[in-house]
Amino acid sequence: MTTMTPVVLNKDSMIIAREQDVVPFRNRVKEHAVRIGMSLLNQTKLITGASELVRNMLKYGKGGIGMIEILSKGRDNGIRLIFADNGPGIPDIQKAMTDGFTTGKSMGLGLPGTKRLMNEFDIKSEVGKGTTITVIKWKNG
Amino acid sequence: MEKIPILKMGQFLLVTIQVDLYDQLAENLEADLVNMVNKTNARGVLIDVSSVSIIDSFMGRILGNIAMMSKIMDADTVVVGMQPAVAITLVELGLPLKGVYTALNVEKGMELLHSKILPTEQNLEEDDDNDARSSE
Amino acid sequence: MKNEAIKIFQKKKSNILEKWMTLQLQDEGLREDLISNEDLRIQSEELLSSFISTLSDANIEHVSIDDFEAVKDILSSISISRAKQGYSPRETGNFVLTLKEALLNTLSEEMKDPEALYKQSMFINKIMDNFAINTFETFIKGREDVIYRQTDEITQISTPVIRVWDGILALPIIGTLDSARTQVVMESLLQEIVETGSNIAILDISGVPAVDSLVAQHLIKTVAATRLMGAECIISGIRPEIAQTVVHLGIDLSQIITKSTLASALKTAFTILKLEVNKKQIVKHH
Repeated sequence: MTTMTPVVLNKDSMIIAREQDVVPFRNRVKEHAVRIGMSLLNQTKLITGASELVRNMLKYGKGGIGMIEILSKGRDNGIRLIFADNGPGIPDIQKAMTDGFTTGKSMGLGLPGTKRLMNEFDIKSEVGKGTTITVIKWKNG
Repeated sequence: MEKIPILKMGQFLLVTIQVDLYDQLAENLEADLVNMVNKTNARGVLIDVSSVSIIDSFMGRILGNIAMMSKIMDADTVVVGMQPAVAITLVELGLPLKGVYTALNVEKGMELLHSKILPTEQNLEEDDDNDARSSE
Repeated sequence: MKNEAIKIFQKKKSNILEKWMTLQLQDEGLREDLISNEDLRIQSEELLSSFISTLSDANIEHVSIDDFEAVKDILSSISISRAKQGYSPRETGNFVLTLKEALLNTLSEEMKDPEALYKQSMFINKIMDNFAINTFETFIKGREDVIYRQTDEITQISTPVIRVWDGILALPIIGTLDSARTQVVMESLLQEIVETGSNIAILDISGVPAVDSLVAQHLIKTVAATRLMGAECIISGIRPEIAQTVVHLGIDLSQIITKSTLASALKTAFTILKLEVNKKQIVKHH
């Protein structure tokens, strides 16, 4: 099952430019999660994780784009979120993924905490070019 | 400007959060509450989160801030009615909500606050911290 | 259409259906208790029509499976429903294999040139084998669905939350505590706390074979989540060997109330709730 590549059933995206975009984006993610019948707990984890990543993107990347994809793999459905910004990038990803590390005035659990809420987590960053974070939450994951 | 209403109930303040807080609203709440604690000399703050479906680290920080600020002004903070999914998510996220007391509902939160005030005026025998559940 | 085989199939369609039906009905294993002859005929005819109308000069020679989506859909739905009805793999496979026999049989009757017959037979063979594999795949998938559903049910059944006292819940955990299980345990425990307004939850791990650092992490998380809700969580059923491993692994459980037995956990719960259980008519205070 793990070798199967997921099929994208549906796509949606939203530009994240201001703090006021956080709640609408969360609501959009929630709509899609409800539509595929995701359990309340997994919905909550997904939306909380999305909220962390959106805030991260606003704070460090000066905003960007948030994409929502509905996935199908085998007998499971899921949601993939992609956050792409053109910000300064992260020089040391490993350090950023350590619990307690922060450069801003947050609590430093954004990235590692969010990773724990998701089933799959991927981060790519290039200094001076930007950061792309991709996460997947499966309906039954 | 939208505002979250703060109710005064005797020695305590009650806040019921019923909308998804965007950042400015949450920050306003923090400031308003601390001002109200000061103005009313409240001994406790009850924050009802039973209709909140998401608490992320930002919201968590606001709750923690309120608790710490109130504590300095001699008022305890109890977060009541957290939904199971929210509690599990907070734990998974690694957010401890330091200094915040919790209770199942407003009624039990009130009881908890009363028990926090009384022991200092009552005998020490009653003063076991079994009722006082800190979420650390 | 230039292909001879296709022409023959189109011309002899009803003939093939008859042959196929005869072959299917000859099979001793045919489950007449599960499907009536009429239904079988309807299923067979639907599949055969779809198959023949999809065949083309191009796809008969280079089996392009995408062309046969419609045929495969019919086959899939038949084999999934058969898997769920309890057909054996042999019975399910026979459905498509007897069609192959009927098709090849018809070809050999109609085609005179042995070389052409061989060539066309190979094509048909290849296509039908492909269908057969597909049939088995979907058959197994149908069975797997049944297994998954049962697994879900077992997980649900294996986490009973018991109201042992007004305001006290107990949840005995039996078996290994992995992260998926922990999630189910947490969810049902917290949900029950909300519904009953209970102040105390006892998690009894007598039935958990081993506690390693991962299991301990799960326990700590469950306690933390319970406290966030405003209730207390006691872990009971700590056997000596569990205490040993916990200490040897350097796991810190000091923030958690732990008890060796469910009975002593219950006693602690009574103390927290300021309850007292006394023997009747015996006044004995200490």
